[in-house]
Amino acid sequence: MFAYIVRRLAYGAVTVLGVLLLLFVLFFAIADPDDIARQAIGERASAEVYEQWKVNHGYDKPLVINAEHGVLEPGRYTDTLLFEHYRSMLTFDFGRSDADDVPIAERLRQGALPSLSLTLPLFALSLVVGVFFALLVAFFRDTYVDFAVLVMCMLAMSVASLIYIIAGQYLIGLTLKWFPISGFDADPALVIRFLALPIIIGVIASFGGDVRLYRTVFIEETNKDYVRTARAKGCGDARVMVRHVLRNALIPILTSVVLAIPFLFVGSLLFENFFGIPGLGAITVEAINGNDFSTLRTMVYISALLFIVAQILTDISYTLADPRVRLS
Amino acid sequence: MVWLPNMIVVALLAGAFILFRTVRRNRFWTESIARLWRRRRFSLIIIGLYLAVALLDTISWVGGSASENASDVVAAHKPRSVIDRIFQPDSFMEISYSEPFADVGFYGEQPLAHPGKHILGTDILGQDVFYRSLKGVKIALLIGGLTTLIVIPIALIFGLAAGYFGGRVDDVVFFVMSTLASIPNLLLLIALIIVLGTGPVQVCVALGVTGWVGFCRLTRGETLKLREADYVQAAKALGASHLRIITRHIIPNLAHLIVITFALQFTGLVLAETVLAYLGIGLDGSWGQMIDQARNELSRSPVIWWNLAGATVLLFTLVLCVNLCADALRDILDPRTRKEAQ
Repeated sequence: MFAYIVRRLAYGAVTVLGVLLLLFVLFFAIADPDDIARQAIGERASAEVYEQWKVNHGYDKPLVINAEHGVLEPGRYTDTLLFEHYRSMLTFDFGRSDADDVPIAERLRQGALPSLSLTLPLFALSLVVGVFFALLVAFFRDTYVDFAVLVMCMLAMSVASLIYIIAGQYLIGLTLKWFPISGFDADPALVIRFLALPIIIGVIASFGGDVRLYRTVFIEETNKDYVRTARAKGCGDARVMVRHVLRNALIPILTSVVLAIPFLFVGSLLFENFFGIPGLGAITVEAINGNDFSTLRTMVYISALLFIVAQILTDISYTLADPRVRLS
Repeated sequence: MVWLPNMIVVALLAGAFILFRTVRRNRFWTESIARLWRRRRFSLIIIGLYLAVALLDTISWVGGSASENASDVVAAHKPRSVIDRIFQPDSFMEISYSEPFADVGFYGEQPLAHPGKHILGTDILGQDVFYRSLKGVKIALLIGGLTTLIVIPIALIFGLAAGYFGGRVDDVVFFVMSTLASIPNLLLLIALIIVLGTGPVQVCVALGVTGWVGFCRLTRGETLKLREADYVQAAKALGASHLRIITRHIIPNLAHLIVITFALQFTGLVLAETVLAYLGIGLDGSWGQMIDQARNELSRSPVIWWNLAGATVLLFTLVLCVNLCADALRDILDPRTRKEAQ
């Protein structure tokens, strides 16, 4: 058991290093530091300005090997972009934004709460709604109810999420005027009004895919032996569904859902930007539009890190719960 | 570069012909296709129409009668596709917005140059919306098709190698997969496009890099199972080479997975492009871009809806038809559900 946990942690650490290597290749080797400087301060600056900018933002070192140092000096390998990249990311010293020199860590702290206040209720609500409807559909399987909901899901899945947002803002926000179209407030009493619209739209947008997925899980579960046993001992249909099928089906559903939790911190690019919520998603969109490479790669790193941690935790709790996994 | 799109059309048609001949010889595939046709006739016809539009939009040549508005020399030497020739976009335009089938302009009520002929009205620059929506067909199919052409060989090679040979190869492939899978798809996609640039090829490569992992994992798992199958063991005992076992015994048994994944991935890709277009890193002339441009027009009063509607309806129809076909294909091809049906 202990050996398994150690092995799993080591593999997670190696994966983090792999992600950092990928980011290094993308943001330092393929994207030229000169281009980054040019995009940050414009085309018509003197060579010294570019050099100074590169020094300030830590782009001034050679990529992998620093030839200024001798072969045996450690500086040959530590005084480079690769080493600096790994050092700053692994010690969470993210430096400043390429676009406006704001410390990135500061930004992340400010953005985390607005992001969570949107994604957490959205996540919980769409899970409950999805499971509820899927259970209903599984209960009425092979009837017209089932067929109608499945057709609805298929239609709903074929609409782009952009359309949901635009149509929702137009219908609920602009025409019916139930909720403000966009905005955010730090006061928890006021923020509910602002968050209502994105949450409603988010639940509707994920409805089709979720219900179909959960329905498959439920139907698979209803074909198992214990359902027949329950029925044989005289349980009613509704009781079998809620007490037996739902409980057992929640295990596979929850494992797939747990892995989505780290992404809640990263927020939702589309929703936050559309509804003016100053979360991490909105920061990412800003970074995209402003060619802010350092913020962008920090966001990628943070979300990958959270995902890897969540994955390790799920795997370990799995082994604790199910001895069969440990053996293989 | 006039010849390149036309060569692609020729290559595609040749590929389709070869595929058709291979399928004709195989009873399983002919029967599956016949069943798909029986169940999803309508969707298949619509997908066929989209394909036809995309092909007509790709076949292009220089010359012919450029419109009277095209005064500059550059326009006269630009290759124009069949669709361009049918619509003549340089002369088939108005001054600004006009409603579908309108006789007068939307603002100012001035008479239109082509009254009642714009099926979906015109946009702010007076371009025909129906024409612009049709131009989006090629781009959507390019995103789905080119990306899948990148994804399937990569995923197949790595998945097969990892599953069949195991050991070190498997470790490396699995590590690469888990590294890529730990980054949220959209963020990785954005990072790739920001770094690589926003051309059609770059976007497709970025979509391919993010998209191959899922299929590779599937291939690897399935190959692991097939490697232990009796007929593979028998082939090995008879002295067949690795290459022969893979090409003759394993790939044919993965083919149904390839088809299903292709269909399922296609819709995801086309929908993902709308998000990219909203973020400003999509492809020029795509439906996502049209939707993105049209969203501010909804706040005008009276509302301008036809721009949004044109792109949305075409996108929705294509995705729905492919989704329906993918669903039916999975039922028909997947051995698990096949057994249940019997």
